Amino acid sequence: MIVGALLPLFLFVFPLWNITLEAPQYPTPLGMNIYINDFADANPHDIKNINLMNHYVGMKYIPEAIPEFKIFPAGIIITTIIGLIIGIKANYKWFLGWFILMVVLSGAGLYDFYLWEHDYGHDLDPKAIMKFTNPDGTTMGFQPPLFGSKDILNFRANSYPRLGAYFLAIGMALSFIAFFVGRKEYNTPVKNSKKWKEVAL
Amino acid sequence: MKNISIIVCASLIAVITFSSCNKDQQGKNGALASNVAEKVYVAPGEHDEFYAFVSGGFSGQLSVYGLPSGRLFKVIPVFSQDPEKAWGYNEETKPMLNTSHGFIPWDDSHHPDISQTNGELDGRWVFINGNNTPRIAKIDLTTFETTEIIEIPNSAGNHSSSFVTENTEYVVAGTRFSVPIPQRDIPIKEYKGNFKGSLSFISVDPEEGHMDLSFQILMPGFDYDLAHPGRGTSHGWFFFSTYNSEESHTLMEVNASQNDKDFIAAINWKKAEEYIKEGKFKTMPANYAHNVYDDNTHTATSTMKKEVRVLDASELPGLVYLLPTPKSPHGCDVDPSGEYIVGNGKLSADLTVHSFSKMLDAIENKKFDGEAYGIPILKFEDVLAGTVSQAGLGPLHTEFDGLGNGYTTFFISSEVVKWKLGTWEVIDRKPTYYSVGHIMIPGGNSRKPFGKYAVAMNKITKDRYLPTGPEVTQSAQLYDITGEKMELLLDFPTIGEPHYAAGIAADIIKKRSKKIFKLEENKHKYVARSDADTKVVRNGNEVHVYMTMIRSHFNPDNIEGIKVGDKVYFHVTNLEQDYDVPHGISMIGANTSELLIMPGQTETFVWEPKQVGVWPFYCTDFCSALHQEMQGYVRVSPASSDIELSWSLGED
Repeated sequence: MIVGALLPLFLFVFPLWNITLEAPQYPTPLGMNIYINDFADANPHDIKNINLMNHYVGMKYIPEAIPEFKIFPAGIIITTIIGLIIGIKANYKWFLGWFILMVVLSGAGLYDFYLWEHDYGHDLDPKAIMKFTNPDGTTMGFQPPLFGSKDILNFRANSYPRLGAYFLAIGMALSFIAFFVGRKEYNTPVKNSKKWKEVAL
Repeated sequence: MKNISIIVCASLIAVITFSSCNKDQQGKNGALASNVAEKVYVAPGEHDEFYAFVSGGFSGQLSVYGLPSGRLFKVIPVFSQDPEKAWGYNEETKPMLNTSHGFIPWDDSHHPDISQTNGELDGRWVFINGNNTPRIAKIDLTTFETTEIIEIPNSAGNHSSSFVTENTEYVVAGTRFSVPIPQRDIPIKEYKGNFKGSLSFISVDPEEGHMDLSFQILMPGFDYDLAHPGRGTSHGWFFFSTYNSEESHTLMEVNASQNDKDFIAAINWKKAEEYIKEGKFKTMPANYAHNVYDDNTHTATSTMKKEVRVLDASELPGLVYLLPTPKSPHGCDVDPSGEYIVGNGKLSADLTVHSFSKMLDAIENKKFDGEAYGIPILKFEDVLAGTVSQAGLGPLHTEFDGLGNGYTTFFISSEVVKWKLGTWEVIDRKPTYYSVGHIMIPGGNSRKPFGKYAVAMNKITKDRYLPTGPEVTQSAQLYDITGEKMELLLDFPTIGEPHYAAGIAADIIKKRSKKIFKLEENKHKYVARSDADTKVVRNGNEVHVYMTMIRSHFNPDNIEGIKVGDKVYFHVTNLEQDYDVPHGISMIGANTSELLIMPGQTETFVWEPKQVGVWPFYCTDFCSALHQEMQGYVRVSPASSDIELSWSLGED
């Protein structure tokens, strides 16, 4: 459980998500790594070059910072502390509680990411250099996929979780497993404190 | 019915048998047939195996080709102005062409040589000589741009240049024409004894590559034609071929061809370093330009140097020895081991090969055969390793494959001859089309040649290509030298005269090739690193425009308040930080070239408007989908006008 609670801390080191744009004239694709506290170039100057591409269709520049960069790290630290307290002090039932908390928060984060993406892809400058419309006459949006790959004009956009997200998922999975193992230990007649420690760990 | 099926079966078997038989034969043919086209075919999107840096001769430039395809990638401007790249036109590079004679827009570039470490090519720089107004240039192989040019004083016809020692300690340059040193007003007839040659040793900073004329060796008034460094055991020595040991000054084709033997001059430059340390040099007043281009300021500066250290070969024993070599030797080439020094006697049918170890032995035992101006002459027989006899007519240059073979060009008989070191036997000969000068094997002037291809550079092409009037293309030819016999693979046209070349495995260089200049490292005096830095500043009649360019606009793109009689400096910064997104700019009526500005770089052109009106400028390099919209206007008012300077972008 404690390991599970600590793993999300890797989000401070590794990116949570990555969006990559492929096109023939970009033999090295343009890419952006999303950290919980930063947007970073996959290769030097990628974000600048994504902005340059996107200004032709009236998309806003990718901001230097967003409020989430403050909220997310705080959330991760708080949930980790809660997870540690649970791991040290509390019984197995709380493990499930932490897991559910993490599922809800991650879900909220993903939804927030989706909202930002949607706004980024649809809130276009009315003086955009190039305006594209869908077959039904509505203005074409350029929202990258939340998860998966999608063709957007001459680019193929890929959006997938990265190492940070995997650590988060493994951490959550460990807490979930710890819940079941803990329950089994709890229900076995002989309470072995050594074993209990292992589960807590 | 049964019969039919038997027949069908039989024919099926027959078909299978025959077709498999055919396959076998095809396979055999494929393996045996030599498909020349395949050997030089580099598929679309694939890269060549070698870079070849081919001098442009009288174009003054250096071209970059791929081998084996023979495709041209870039012409690097070196000694000649190039309006395409604004070389020598923009304010930043004009100082690169400064000399003690002022700004010179042209030279004759001859012998490129790639820097070495431990006798092997390291691919950091290419050096090349300017023949006419003696200069040595250095090209940086991360940017493929000329970053340094140093003028050589006391020199004329800077031909036996620019060859590097095996750790690039020095790049060496020699005079072809002897001249009065120091220059003075004397009758030409007083050549003998008054005219001197000089051999210059330019040290190269091992980290930054900066060149410094360390010392010159004052020599008798011969013509110093070509040179190569010792390597391996002969490291520390440098060899120069000479002609005109007759010291004639007129009708040279006859008068300089009278002596049966001229010399190869062997210079002990380690000894020279000792003499310098001991203070045995004379400091001569001089005046020569040293021009350096800085990748951070994107600007060149030219400094005049005022003196040079000179060692007199006639007065300093052990510094120079003369090796008699028949028939006005031209090329002077050293094999990869450093033991053999080949003198290509251009009026002869034979090649003379000297032995370095025999030379040392002769020096030790003082087997001298007279002297010239106090310089000992060694006995021909004592230093001779062997002769490649009757190999062809008019031998010029030799390179090596690293497998014990030499490849010599014969100008008069238009051929390349392969011969064996040690046995001196001729192995193969192949014609060239026509009148070959130099030959180049990648790494051929090092301890480790890449013995796969040889490039012959021809002086005449006549009927080899579609005619283009009286002036036809210049040409090089590629040979496969991996077999016992050479095989001609390809003719390819070249810029200017393909005088000589230096080749290197592409892998050594391509990974270090710069993609962009970093904007944050741009220290140009007039840089505008962002839109916030753009402005227009008036200083009397001088106006400085701090302009930026990025897909797909200039900032500012509307300027007013310029007056007839102003001198307007456009300092333009390319804000792009993406690979292969240069922008250009040109102004109607500007008496100069366009600018072609790489990402992160700043360049400047000057415009002196002479007519009232509104004059456009535009981007000259097709940069983006909105390239045609990348344009702007400058309003020019009469000299008496009092319209204030103003500038804008995107204002209605």
